[in-house]
Amino acid sequence: MVAPQHPLIIRIADLHKVYRIGAEKVHALRGMSLEIRRNEFVAIMGASGSGKSTLLNVLGCLDQPTRGVYELAGRPTHRMSVGELSGVRNDLIGFVFQSFELLPRATALKNVQLPLIYSRRYWVGTGARARRALERVGLADRMKHRPNQLSGGQRQRVAIARALVNEPAIILADEPTGNLDSKTGDEIIGLFRQLHAEGQTIIMVTHEEDIAGNAGRIIRLRDGVVMSDHPTEEDPTHQDYVRRALETAQRDAGRAAPGAAP
Amino acid sequence: MFIRVLIQTVVLALAQIWANKVRAMLTTLGIIIAVAAVIIIVGAMTGLKTFVLDQFATFGANKVWVFPRMPPNMRDRYSFRQLRLTTAQIDGIAQFSPSLERITPVMMLNTTVQFGDRVRPGVPVQGVRPSWHEIEQRFALKGRPLAPLDEEERRQVCLVNDKAIDELGLDADPTGDFLLLDGRRFLIVGVVETKAVSPMFGGNEAQSELIIPFRTGEMMRPEPRMFAIATTRSPELFADAKVEIGTYLRRVRHLKPDEPDTFGVEAIEQVIEQFKKVAGAITVGAGAVVGISLLVGGIGIMNIMLVSVSERTREIGLRKAVGARPGVILIQFLVEAVVLCLVGAGVGLLLGNGAVLAMRMAKDSPLEAAQTPMWAIVVSAAFAAATGVIFGMFPAIKAARLNPIDALRHE
Ligand SMILES: Nc1ncnc2c1ncn2[C@@H]1O[C@H](COP(=O)(O)OP(=O)(O)OP(=O)(O)O)[C@@H](O)[C@H]1O
Ligand SMILES: [Mg+2]
Repeated sequence: MVAPQHPLIIRIADLHKVYRIGAEKVHALRGMSLEIRRNEFVAIMGASGSGKSTLLNVLGCLDQPTRGVYELAGRPTHRMSVGELSGVRNDLIGFVFQSFELLPRATALKNVQLPLIYSRRYWVGTGARARRALERVGLADRMKHRPNQLSGGQRQRVAIARALVNEPAIILADEPTGNLDSKTGDEIIGLFRQLHAEGQTIIMVTHEEDIAGNAGRIIRLRDGVVMSDHPTEEDPTHQDYVRRALETAQRDAGRAAPGAAP
Repeated sequence: MFIRVLIQTVVLALAQIWANKVRAMLTTLGIIIAVAAVIIIVGAMTGLKTFVLDQFATFGANKVWVFPRMPPNMRDRYSFRQLRLTTAQIDGIAQFSPSLERITPVMMLNTTVQFGDRVRPGVPVQGVRPSWHEIEQRFALKGRPLAPLDEEERRQVCLVNDKAIDELGLDADPTGDFLLLDGRRFLIVGVVETKAVSPMFGGNEAQSELIIPFRTGEMMRPEPRMFAIATTRSPELFADAKVEIGTYLRRVRHLKPDEPDTFGVEAIEQVIEQFKKVAGAITVGAGAVVGISLLVGGIGIMNIMLVSVSERTREIGLRKAVGARPGVILIQFLVEAVVLCLVGAGVGLLLGNGAVLAMRMAKDSPLEAAQTPMWAIVVSAAFAAATGVIFGMFPAIKAARLNPIDALRHE
């Protein structure tokens, strides 16, 4: 069991999401139930089209479920008005997108400041707060740069700083490394690990087993329902992957030193 | 939060406009034209009005005549004694009517004039007070004008005009010579210009004129018939003056409410009214031009704002994703539309004012007094801003209604 002493931050029950395209209906979430506690680091996996993004968007209050219960920090978001949802997004949620979604004409600092502009909590010192967030993601020397003057990894760091700046209850990341090379991706995951170690709750969608391995818990979806939900070290698929990766590595290591055979 | 968002929005809008200078220029062309048109037309009308009124003023735009008048069909009701205007009444008018600047009684008498061996019967002589010079804008060309002392001491002095010099065969400079008027010796103290008043303003052929002090005239003709001429402080005050004079005269003449006026008060008011009507028509016509320009400009604004909303759908999605409420997004786009319009209005103001300045500077310009009144600037800026609000509303609502995730998925 993961950190049972921590309180619940997310509770969804029998959640449905139906997309309508004309007369056609796509049932993206089919009665999903989940509980996530504070300071968890969760990876959500599943085949393409299994509903990962849909789930994350609902968790991030970017989209509304068709039916079901979603409580965030004890507040029933499924009953909220558009304005209240804006407030929740601003106060409780930090969203990290696969394609960064930075304002191209604004500097890194201005981009990070954006949520504070709409905040009812922070009135003064928004610049200092944004600067601190950028320092936390290791971009102290890039504040005045515009997105096109930054590398992909740096852009994603700016986006993470923006997600952090309001001190949200949860960080939601939809394939945050999907647009990055694996080395840069590893750096971003390292940053997530660091944030998690500092107490941040993180929910991350990913396709890659080795990235998911950084999380403490892996939830696998299939056709809009939870197929499996285990701590990483108990997840059979993941353990399988780790074992095979190890074997491959050993085989490669053996091949790499042919002369060393007995 | 609101102020912060507003400031940020204005800065953002200006940056947006600066980034698309040419596009902004083209879309605000309607606004630019509308505002420039307002400024030019209002400026020109201001100049034209001053010019025309100045023109009138030289002919007596602010001149008022007060004279006795028998009400129609009442010949037996009022005696001439009752109708007669007196100096007491004229002095009373001067006191009672604050709209008047100057007033003088005028008596007309015909006298026989003798100079040397020339004798002319029936020469018109006017008895007036010294303020007559200012009222009629006729000053002494040679010699001196009538002076208060002439009036007080009933001096036997007179002024002549060029025509009188001709007809009586006086010297080119007759000051110092003496004339006999009805046998009395008058010293010629000055020459007044003969004013060619256009027939439109009631003038006629120049004729010989002799001007003498009013009280001197009274000595020659006790209880003379007289009328009064006066000037108002400004041409617009005629209506006030008419009321003031009427009220006063009715009171001192003890006229009952159902009795008609036994006097007349007139000015070249009709001509001025005519001009004002024309000016009004031009202004209304200009208003129509401006209205159409604003409509065209507004449609341009709406178009560009719709383009802007669809170009920046992802940005809107992002702003919503980080917590911007629909109202804030609405205001952002409204402010952008208004700022765009105001920038257009600013350019229009510059162009318009440049044109007005050019009108003023132009050589021999009749529009020397052309200028842009403050109200024209305020009104045109307000209309431009209103255009921004009205035509920016639909795109702004469209942006505000976007679902965050749909906006983010856009492209
Ligand atoms: N806006 C939409 N309108 C209609 N159908 C949608 C919409 N978004 C998602 N879907 C459908 O809902 C289902 C789940 O989509 P979702 O994006 O959640 O999958 P995913 O697990 O994130 O896939 P991927 O790994 O490819 O990102 C899919 O069948 C998809 O076609
Ligand atoms: Mg997805």
